[in-house]
Amino acid sequence: MSDSPVTAVDLNQDTDVLVHDSHNVDPNKPLVEIRDLAIGFTTQGGVVEALKGVSFDIFPGETVAIVGESGSGKSTTAHGIINLLPENGKITGGSVKFEGKDLAHAKKSELYKVRGRDIGFVPQDPMSNLNPVWSVGFQVREAVKANGLATNKKDVNARAIEVLKEAGLADAERRMAQYPHQFSGGMRQRVLIGIGLAANPKLLIADEPTSALDVTVQRVILDHLEALTRERNTALLLITHDLGLAAERATKLIVMYQGKIVEAGPSLKILQDPQHPYTKRLIASAPSLASQRISGTHVDHVGGEEAGIDVADLAAKHERAKANQAATPVVEVKDLTKIYSIRKGNFKSEPLRAVDNISFKIPKGSTLALVGESGSGKTTAAKMVLGLEKPTSGDIFLDGTNLAGASRSELFKVRRKMQPVFQDPYGSLDPQRSIGAIIGEPLKVHKVGDNASRDARIKELLDQVSLPTAVAKRYPNELSGGQRQRVAIARALALKPEIVVLDEAVSALDVLVQAQILQLLADLQSDLDLTYLFITHDLAVVRVVADEIAVMEQGKIVESGTADEIFSNAQTEYTQKLLEAIPGAGIEWGDV
Amino acid sequence: MLTYILRRVLQAIPVFFGTTFLIYFMVFAMPGDPIAGLFGDKTPNPAVADALRAQFNLDQPFIMQYLLYMKDFFTGNLGVTFSGQQVSDVLARAFPVTLKLVLMAVVLEFILSVVIGLISGLRKGKFFDNISLVVALVLSSVPVFVAMFVAQYFVGIKWGLAPVTVGADTTWGAMFLPAAVIALTVYVTGMRLMRGSVIESRQADYVRTAYAKGLTHKRIVPVHIARNSLIPVITNTAASFGALIAGTTVTEGIFNIPGIGQVLYQAITQSEVPTVVTFVTILTVIYVIVNILVDLLYAVLDPRIRYV
Amino acid sequence: MSNRSSEHYVAPIEDANVEVDALKLKERKSNLWLDAWRDLRRRPLFYAAVAMVLLVTVMALWPTLFTDVPPNSDCSLSNSNGGAVAGHPMGFTRQGCDIYARVVWGARTSLAVGVLVVAITAVIGIPMGAIAGFFGGKIDSFLSRIGDIFFSIPYFLAAVVVMSVLSDLRSVWTIALAIGGFAWASLARILRAEILQVKNSDYIMASEAVGRGRMSTLMRHALPNSLTPVIVTLTIALGAAIVAEATLSFLGVGLGDTVMSWGNDISKAQTSIRTAPMSLVWPSLALTLTVLAFIVLGELIRDALDPKARARR
Repeated sequence: MSDSPVTAVDLNQDTDVLVHDSHNVDPNKPLVEIRDLAIGFTTQGGVVEALKGVSFDIFPGETVAIVGESGSGKSTTAHGIINLLPENGKITGGSVKFEGKDLAHAKKSELYKVRGRDIGFVPQDPMSNLNPVWSVGFQVREAVKANGLATNKKDVNARAIEVLKEAGLADAERRMAQYPHQFSGGMRQRVLIGIGLAANPKLLIADEPTSALDVTVQRVILDHLEALTRERNTALLLITHDLGLAAERATKLIVMYQGKIVEAGPSLKILQDPQHPYTKRLIASAPSLASQRISGTHVDHVGGEEAGIDVADLAAKHERAKANQAATPVVEVKDLTKIYSIRKGNFKSEPLRAVDNISFKIPKGSTLALVGESGSGKTTAAKMVLGLEKPTSGDIFLDGTNLAGASRSELFKVRRKMQPVFQDPYGSLDPQRSIGAIIGEPLKVHKVGDNASRDARIKELLDQVSLPTAVAKRYPNELSGGQRQRVAIARALALKPEIVVLDEAVSALDVLVQAQILQLLADLQSDLDLTYLFITHDLAVVRVVADEIAVMEQGKIVESGTADEIFSNAQTEYTQKLLEAIPGAGIEWGDV
Repeated sequence: MLTYILRRVLQAIPVFFGTTFLIYFMVFAMPGDPIAGLFGDKTPNPAVADALRAQFNLDQPFIMQYLLYMKDFFTGNLGVTFSGQQVSDVLARAFPVTLKLVLMAVVLEFILSVVIGLISGLRKGKFFDNISLVVALVLSSVPVFVAMFVAQYFVGIKWGLAPVTVGADTTWGAMFLPAAVIALTVYVTGMRLMRGSVIESRQADYVRTAYAKGLTHKRIVPVHIARNSLIPVITNTAASFGALIAGTTVTEGIFNIPGIGQVLYQAITQSEVPTVVTFVTILTVIYVIVNILVDLLYAVLDPRIRYV
Repeated sequence: MSNRSSEHYVAPIEDANVEVDALKLKERKSNLWLDAWRDLRRRPLFYAAVAMVLLVTVMALWPTLFTDVPPNSDCSLSNSNGGAVAGHPMGFTRQGCDIYARVVWGARTSLAVGVLVVAITAVIGIPMGAIAGFFGGKIDSFLSRIGDIFFSIPYFLAAVVVMSVLSDLRSVWTIALAIGGFAWASLARILRAEILQVKNSDYIMASEAVGRGRMSTLMRHALPNSLTPVIVTLTIALGAAIVAEATLSFLGVGLGDTVMSWGNDISKAQTSIRTAPMSLVWPSLALTLTVLAFIVLGELIRDALDPKARARR
């Protein structure tokens, strides 16, 4: 990145004023002063207050992170600053002063001037934030033109190419004519970062800029973003749900909860010495933190009476699992392979080895985590183990029965021993069935008991997952994501299986809820002596749950071993890269 | 893209034979003597009946009949109408008229869909949106022939603004009224598509990003909202082009427009079943071809299909 | 927090009671159908449409509740094109029949055709679309090609052919078969597309992982969750079938002259459009209002059952 923004702008004399402007500001005067900002959303049930009086400052060149769970109001704050709320949203009070001008009450024409030019914006999901019907070049040129960076066609094009190059797209000239769907997620996010920084703004708002990307890509993109903003002295407002990521990147941290700021201050100070009960709880539940504690020596004082994960219990379990190693495995996968044929444009198809010759064993009562990034084949492997996909070759032994060659009726019998919990808590429950019917379905299909005994079992299961029995008569849309995932777990347990396959079962949940569900899973494992196959992309979570780990890359298991081995002494470069990419891994966390 | 085209055209082949076979089957495999059926309510004239037997190869086994019929169809030997005219001549004369009428109707439909749909979508839930919905629903419930009568009665007879029937004068102006009535009875689908699409794109992430880039509302509406919403509307309009060609029977009958529809209209009302069958087959083939073109148009408009 | 080195701010503690994922059940239950019903119940237009549908249904079932004038036999040419008089609120046709009585008696034909067409469309279209979409592969290719063929013959033209050929068998049944026998293809397409989407839901996978058979999963989970577009399409198709029957009758290939139908009456009235427009207006109005009622009902149901559309309103 040798191109400095100043040389970039020298091509167009008419724009240099703008750039120098951003470098000559008083570093001790806040760039943005937000005071008592309140935002409401009109819904069918009336006005919902999303922000209830939020105040903070951003100084030139500094990086501020807002951390919070979904619904905390962090994204609303980001959109509120540039007055880009959804149609039903409205600023109901307070002010957003940007260089002295109140954007909350500014005219549209004034906002147009500020957006893009003074305040850049990098959105969350790279897949949906580029218009699919226009070429990437068009969309960059548009930004260049709108902010007056160049006027004649040639200059606009030159500047657009430069923007993309700065954002890290090496072959920008060729890429200009391509469409968003021809770009990978990481590439698109680079384009969006390029657009956000095109006019060399004084402030860049990045709303969860990397949550939709794989961890390794995430790290590269964030590093790049950090380099660019530092180089230009651009202030950065980073919105994230990931405490570790925020602490790693920002000097100042703002923790939001239910539309309010609960704690704010220097990042490290907050992480090491949180004051507010919510922040304490958040830090206690963050899996990347918990992983530190397990490998560390702090097991004795597990903080707070309602701390997220009962680490002592987990540690004890690990010991037990280790003792059990010698026991015969419940699940054994041998040379499992799945080949799909991918249709190519020219009437031909190409084989894709989604799962390539993998083998693993899971001893009874323990957890094997199958870890990998998107496209690694981990979910396909899980589906084959569940009997939902037929393997191309290889064997899956479950208590001695080989699933690969099993007949329909054999498979049906085996299903009683093995049940899944899927990722999407909103998609895994049939919206038209009551919770009771959903949990009771496995019993009904396998003709277990009569109606009365099934009802009793449903109540028992709800109790096991800590949901009130009244829920049985309700429908999925009345429950939150975490509660739905409890229902999915109850359904999985209905037939008293030995093995539960958890396919990204906690990935969609907020940190605190995630911690609760992980705790529940740990409790159930020790109570019922369950064996878990835990599929995930999140290594931080793996640290908390896994006894053994198998790392997958492009269909192959590249490394496997006990959790301790992998985390303390990873052998392959890929695993090391994955471990390094865990946000916040290198930070000293405080005891809570 | 080339593969897409090829695949689409290949898919159309079974459809083409399937449709023609189905029509043929409906006529000649129905219970009873097909010739008697072809004469409808009339008593068959022995000489004409024999000629028909020869024309449709009724002495051959059924599948051969169909194949010979298709051979005739492809070589342009479409037979004669009851009045003794060559069907191919009638077609050459009538088709351009129908095409003109439908083209005009489709253009009007498109304009109505886009303009009203865009305004409704941008003003969701406001007065204009509600009124346009009510008007559209009422218009779409009126059967075409009733709408034609109403237009004829008021515009033609009462106000004298347009000729009551078109007749031999098939200029654009003379056919405007029937074209407009067709457009008014069919634009609802396109309008609702446009409206829904506009509302969806308005809330799309890429539109928010466009605002964040510093673009103005004035630029975003045409470039990022309307452009994206146009794809479904254009394909819908193109699809209605095929449906309208096939459906001009009533319009051309009532307005006495000398197009294919009118030929069919007269054949139907005078129970000339062989002519009915021939023209229904022709219209179906046109419909199939237009549908292929619509799919190809879709590929041209959407870069996600254009560049795989 | 106004100088550059910011201090540590902590919100008043009593403000936040940290409650993770607390279960908040509302008083009343909520699911797709209950929510849709609550939504419909609040819309006046829904009542208007339902009232119209009920009126036409009662008229079709018990026409004598509305008129004691026999619609056919009591015609007298002396009344030809006569205006409204006491006991004959809509006047007389060219043949001197009472228009009001004919409008009342015509409802039966229209509604019967509509209901039969919808039944035929559903009976063929639902299994074709559901099976093609859910099972995919070769079954899908085969069923979809058949569907394509029927879809590619505009159902109105197909009905014209069938009705022309079956000139001596014309009845409500044949006309319904001729329309429904082709109209099912578009329903099958719509349902197939919907099933394809629903099929990828995790709850379908969960059902199979439990050990439920494919067919049973389709019936139990996939189909019930794909019914919204089916209900909407069928409601609107009922209106469209009524129009199609009227149009066929208007062309003279619908029901025979002796059958009382709005289409036949409109067709006969067109010759006296200048002299006695009322004999055209009344049956047209009845037809249009009935069709409008079904279309409005379809739109309202679509809105109520689709949360996305509800947000669009």
